[in-house]
Amino acid sequence: MSSARPIATTRSAAGMPTGRLAVWWVIASEIVIFGGIIASYVMYRLAHDAFAESAAHTATWIGATNTFILLTSSLFAVLGHKAAEHGDGPKAARMLHLTALGGLCFLLLKSYEWTMEITHGFTITASTFWSFYYTAAGLHALHVAVGILIMLIVAQTAKRNLELHRVELIGLYWHFVDIVWIFLFPLLYIAK
Amino acid sequence: MAETIPVGHAPEHAHEHHEPGFVAKYLWSTDHKMIAMQYLFTGSAMALLGGFFAYVFRSQLAFPGMSVPGFGLVSPNEYNALITNHGAIMIFWFAMPVLIAAFGNFLIPLMIGADDMAFPKINRLSYQIFLLSVLVLFVSFFVEGGAFGGAWTMYPPLSATAEYNQTPLGTTLFVTAVALEFVAFLMGGINFVVTAMNSRAPGMRMYDIPIVVWMIVLASIIFMASVGPLVAGAVMLLFDHNLGTAFFDPKRGGDPVLWQHLFWFFGHPEVYVVLLPAVGIVAEIITVFARKKLFAYKTVLYTAFGTGVLSFTVWAHHQFIAGIDPRMANVFTITTLLISVPVAEMMFVYIATLYGGSITLETPMLWALSFIATFLIGGVTGIFLGASGTDIYLHDTYFVLAHFHYTFVPIAVIGTFAGVTFWFPKMFGRMLDDRLGKIHFWGTVIPFNLIFIPLFVLGVAGEHRRIWDFTQFPELSAPWMRDLDKLATLSLWVMLSFQIVFLVNFFWSLRRGPKAPKNPWASNTLEWTADSPPPHGNWKELPTVYRGPYEYSVPGREQDYWPQNVPN
Ligand code: HEM
Ligand SMILES: [Cu+2]
Repeated sequence: MSSARPIATTRSAAGMPTGRLAVWWVIASEIVIFGGIIASYVMYRLAHDAFAESAAHTATWIGATNTFILLTSSLFAVLGHKAAEHGDGPKAARMLHLTALGGLCFLLLKSYEWTMEITHGFTITASTFWSFYYTAAGLHALHVAVGILIMLIVAQTAKRNLELHRVELIGLYWHFVDIVWIFLFPLLYIAK
Repeated sequence: MAETIPVGHAPEHAHEHHEPGFVAKYLWSTDHKMIAMQYLFTGSAMALLGGFFAYVFRSQLAFPGMSVPGFGLVSPNEYNALITNHGAIMIFWFAMPVLIAAFGNFLIPLMIGADDMAFPKINRLSYQIFLLSVLVLFVSFFVEGGAFGGAWTMYPPLSATAEYNQTPLGTTLFVTAVALEFVAFLMGGINFVVTAMNSRAPGMRMYDIPIVVWMIVLASIIFMASVGPLVAGAVMLLFDHNLGTAFFDPKRGGDPVLWQHLFWFFGHPEVYVVLLPAVGIVAEIITVFARKKLFAYKTVLYTAFGTGVLSFTVWAHHQFIAGIDPRMANVFTITTLLISVPVAEMMFVYIATLYGGSITLETPMLWALSFIATFLIGGVTGIFLGASGTDIYLHDTYFVLAHFHYTFVPIAVIGTFAGVTFWFPKMFGRMLDDRLGKIHFWGTVIPFNLIFIPLFVLGVAGEHRRIWDFTQFPELSAPWMRDLDKLATLSLWVMLSFQIVFLVNFFWSLRRGPKAPKNPWASNTLEWTADSPPPHGNWKELPTVYRGPYEYSVPGREQDYWPQNVPN
C-alpha cells in the first residue's frame, strides 16, 4: 500500500544505507555550488589588488571566534552520532540541541558583525570584494540556518528513540557546512 | 496491494473529477509512474508552447510585417522575448522534464526491478517545485515591462544592468524560474542516482543494468556536477540585478565574461545531459527491433562516461570571440574536436548492432534510426564550430542555429517520440496505431530537414541570429535568400500540423486502442514482465535477475529472446 515504505527504500545493492548515500550526493552537489562561487572569488582576488585593501576591514577576531564556535558544534554532532549508535535517543537529542545552539551563536555573532560593517559603510554594493563577502558568507549562513532547522526536527524524533539513523545524516551535513566555512574564513578574512 | 489501480491513466479518468481521492490519486501520488506521467504531460504541453513560439517568430522572419495568425504583429521586443522563452522552454521545460524526469521516473524502478523510487516523497516534491517553476515562468510573461528577452544564455549586461534591461520584473522572474527548475532537478537527480545504485533487484550486477538506466544516471550526475557554478552565478546575477552589486558590470570592476564561463561550464555539459537519455532510449529500441545483442555494451557505457568527463573541458568554445586568449582557444578547439570521437563511436556501435540484424521497421524503430541519421549531421557540422578559425566566421549565424537544432531536435523531439511510441503499451496498457504513427513520423522528419538545411545555407550567407527583420538589410534580402527563409517557415508549419496526427493517435489509442499484451515487442528487460500498465508497487512479487538485458537471438534457444528474469 502507498503508506508503507517501498522496498526500494530499504534495499542496499551498493552496500551503503540509502539515506547516507543520498546525503553524500547532496553534499557533492553542494560542493560544486560553493566551488563555483569560491572559484569566481579567487579569480577576481588574483586579478584585483584592491581586494586586499577591502579585506583589511573585515573583523578577523569575529571570524576566528565563529570558526571556533562552528568546530565545537561539530564536536557535539559527533557525540550525538555516538549516542545514537548506542541507541540512546534522548542523549543524541541533547547533543543535537547543543549543536544547534552553536549554530545559533554563529548566526548571532554574524548578524552583529554585519551590522557593524554596514553601519561603517561596507555594504554589499561598496565594492566587488564586499559583494563576494556578503554573497558567499550569506549563502553559507543560509545553510547554517537550514541545518539548525533540520537538526531540531531530527532531535525531536530522536528524543523518542525514532529514526536514529538520521542523527548521523544531519551530522554529515553539518560537517560539510563547517568545512565550507573553513574555506571561507581564510579567503575572506585572512588573505589580506 | 491494490493491483487494479490503473496508475498512469489520468486522461482516461478525466471525467471522474468529482470522485473523492482524485487529488490523492493523480496530483498527490508518490507513485513513480504517476510522477512520470505528470512530467510527461507537463513537458509535452511546454513543448507545444515552445513550438507555438517558434511558429510565431519564424512567421515574422519569413513574412515581415504580416500579422501572425493567432498572435498578431510581432514587435522587436516581443521577438526577443519569444526566442528567449522558446529556447529556455525547449531545454529546461521540455527536454529535461521529458527525457530525464519522465523517462527516468517511469523506467528506473521498472527496469531495475524495484517497487518505487528510493525516496518517493522527495520525488513528488521535486515535481511540485518543477511545477512552481513553470508557474513563475508563466507569470513572467504578463508582468509590467514584459517577458525577459535577453536570450536563454542570459548574458549580462543585458540581463543584469538596469540601464540596458527594460524588463526588470520579467528578468527576475525568469532567473528565479530557472533556479527553481534546477532545484527540482537536483532533488530528482539525486533520487535517480541513489535508486539506481541501491535499489536494484537481487542478481542484477552493474553490467546487467539496461543502458537507458545507466544513461539517465550518468546524465543526472553530469547535471549535478555542472549546475553548481551556474546556481552560484544565478545568485550573483539576481544580486546584480536587484541589489546593485557589480559582479558582472565592467564599469564597476566586474567581468561579464565570468558569467559566460559559469554559464557554459553548465551549458555545454547540459547538451550531454539531454543527449545521454536519448542515446539510451535508442539503444533499447534498436536491440529489440534488430533482435540482436548491443554490439558493445561496455564500450557504450565507457564512452558515455568519457563523453561526460570531456564535456566539462570544452565550454570556452562558446567564447572564441568573447576576447579569450587565442592560446586558450587552441586548447578548447582540441578538446572540442576530441569530444566528437566518443559520440561518433556510440553511433557506430549502434550501426554495428544493426548490421546483420533482422530489422523490423515499426514506428519506434523508425524514430530510433532517424535519430542516428540526423544526429550525425548535427555532429559533423559541430566540427566547423568547434574549430576556432571557422567559428569566428560562423559564430551567431543561422549556421550555428541549424547545427544545434540538428542535435537538439533528434535528442528532444525524435528521442521523445521514440521513447513514447516504444513504451506507450507499458505506460497506458494499449497499443498505438502503427499507420498513424508512420504518417506522423514522415510528416515530422521530412519537414524538419527542410526547415534546417536552408538555415545552414543562410547562415553561411551571413544571416545573423537574433535579428527581427532581415529585409532591413539589403545584403540579406536577395530573392533566393527570401525564398529559402519562406521554405524554412512553411516547412515548420507543415511539421507543426503533423503533430496533430500524433495527438489524435495518442489520445484515441489511450481510450480505444487494442489492449496491449504484457510484452508486445518481445523485449528482455524487466519492465515488460509487469502488467500493462503496472499497478502500484509494479509487481506482486519483485523479480530476480539472471542475466544482462540484451540476450537476443541466442543460438540454441527456441525463442529469439531471453528475458532477464527467466532462470537459466
Ligand atoms: C522544430 C521546430 C523548431 C524551430 C523551427 C526552431 C527555430 C528556432 C529559431 C529560428 C531560433 C532563434 C532565432 C534567433 O536566434 O534569431 C531558435 C532558437 C533556439 N532554439 Fe529552436 N526551433 C525549434 C525547435 C527547438 C527544439 C526542439 C529545441 C531544443 C530542445 C530548440 C532550442 C533552441 C534554443 C536553445 C535556441 C536559442 C534561444 C536563444 O538564442 O536564446 N529549438 N529556434
Ligand atoms: Cu558547447
